[in-house]
Amino acid sequence: MTRGLVVRRSFFFLGFLLLWLVLSTAHLWPPYLFPSPVQVALSLAKGIRDGTVLIGIAGSMWRLFRGYIAALVIGLALGLILARVRPIKETLGLLVMGLQALPSICWLPLALLWFGLNERAILFVVVMGAVFSIAQSTEDGIRNTPPVYLKAARNLGARGLRIYSAVVLPAALPNIVTGMKLGWSFAWRSLMAGELLYALPGLGHLLTMGRELNDMSQVLAVIVVIIALGLATDRLVFGTMERRLRERWGLG
Amino acid sequence: MKIEIEGVGKVFDARGRSVVALEDINLNIDDGEFVCLIGPSGCGKSTLLAMIAGLDFPTSGAIRAGGVPIKGPDSSRVLIFQDAALFPWLDVESNVAFGLRMKRMGRKERARTVERLLRMVHLEQFTRAWVHELSGGMKQRVAIARALAVEPAVLLLDEPFGALDAMTRDMLHGELQEVWQSTGKTFVFVTHNVREAVALGDRVLVMSPRPGRVVAEHRIDLPHPRRVEEERVIEIAQHVAEDLRLSHEESPPREQRRLHQ
Repeated sequence: MTRGLVVRRSFFFLGFLLLWLVLSTAHLWPPYLFPSPVQVALSLAKGIRDGTVLIGIAGSMWRLFRGYIAALVIGLALGLILARVRPIKETLGLLVMGLQALPSICWLPLALLWFGLNERAILFVVVMGAVFSIAQSTEDGIRNTPPVYLKAARNLGARGLRIYSAVVLPAALPNIVTGMKLGWSFAWRSLMAGELLYALPGLGHLLTMGRELNDMSQVLAVIVVIIALGLATDRLVFGTMERRLRERWGLG
Repeated sequence: MKIEIEGVGKVFDARGRSVVALEDINLNIDDGEFVCLIGPSGCGKSTLLAMIAGLDFPTSGAIRAGGVPIKGPDSSRVLIFQDAALFPWLDVESNVAFGLRMKRMGRKERARTVERLLRMVHLEQFTRAWVHELSGGMKQRVAIARALAVEPAVLLLDEPFGALDAMTRDMLHGELQEVWQSTGKTFVFVTHNVREAVALGDRVLVMSPRPGRVVAEHRIDLPHPRRVEEERVIEIAQHVAEDLRLSHEESPPREQRRLHQ
């Protein structure tokens, strides 16, 4: 980050907080509906001190991580099959396309009936949220790989499964990472929606508790945490992956 | 490795119409020979090369390499593509090492081989460079090193220098002849540049378009290394160019043979 950027960003966020502070102290709305940033910060500090926020973060991230890894494995396999087996692409492919467009929270009623209101239901929704976009971009990536790479690899002695591990997947990686990023954001959304209904440690549950206690400061504090986590994974995890890929491939 | 091509034909199915890409190609390429295939685009010269590589198959006739019918790709016959086809997810070193990794060669031996080959193509300073950081000429050098790494008996080159500027091309002509002379491998080189064909080949085969057939053969008995601007090369190129013009006519003459010394 350049210094100019740091300055511009600091000004923007200071201005934003200031505006918030002015609006809340003007008492246009009652404080229990529109708390000041100070109250939200205090609520956040309290949540961190008594551990509820950290336990919530840990619970949500652990759940997300498990669901996402499962979605990644299933999505990669599904994408590979869709790209390589024509009859499956022609039939199941259409279904996958449709399912990708379906907001995954629509699975929640089904999951609740199948699994009950428990962890497995939420994991199901998370997996369904991420798996299709990962499958779709894996398929796109493999399909868009110039056939000349495969020819060159086979000519140099690559055979069988090693063609997949040494050529097909690495060649599709830029697309796969795009899909992983998309899948992650879908999984994250599905998780939060699912956790709103869920009574075990998690950020979504903290939001629900805030609502039930009429504690708007807590609701906003948790939202700040959720935004920060989303931004951090986007920047640190996917940003790093994308930057490395750009360096290697000379993209953009 | 000797290559025997016997009555090879190739018919493509293009949207329901069948197109004859190659017709009745008969050709023997000797072990250690440098043969250039020249012809206008659409004469099937690249298809013929891909068939020798085992990446494409004839619809009639047969091709044998070292007396054995070709059934598929093999690292004894390696094709070098016009756009080099380097793997953009690997650096220069790993691209050259690709075939060795497929052969499960040990790390140390692999590193030694890669180092030797990169020195040979004058890229020892670029072992860690990414593919997109290389110029067109450097890419082809890496492609040549990558192909040589698996120790093929036959190197098949499909217009490898077609997209390069003249100066780089001249330099690579010199390097390629050096490689050929020092390794004694069989080279089959496809091009549409007449002088390039004459400068490089022991034999230049002129092909006609649709259907692709060999219409003339020029044996060139000049010492290597040769350069495209040499007087004799230019003279012979004029004869070859004349044959190439004739090959476009309705009924091109069949199998003119000439010897140039």
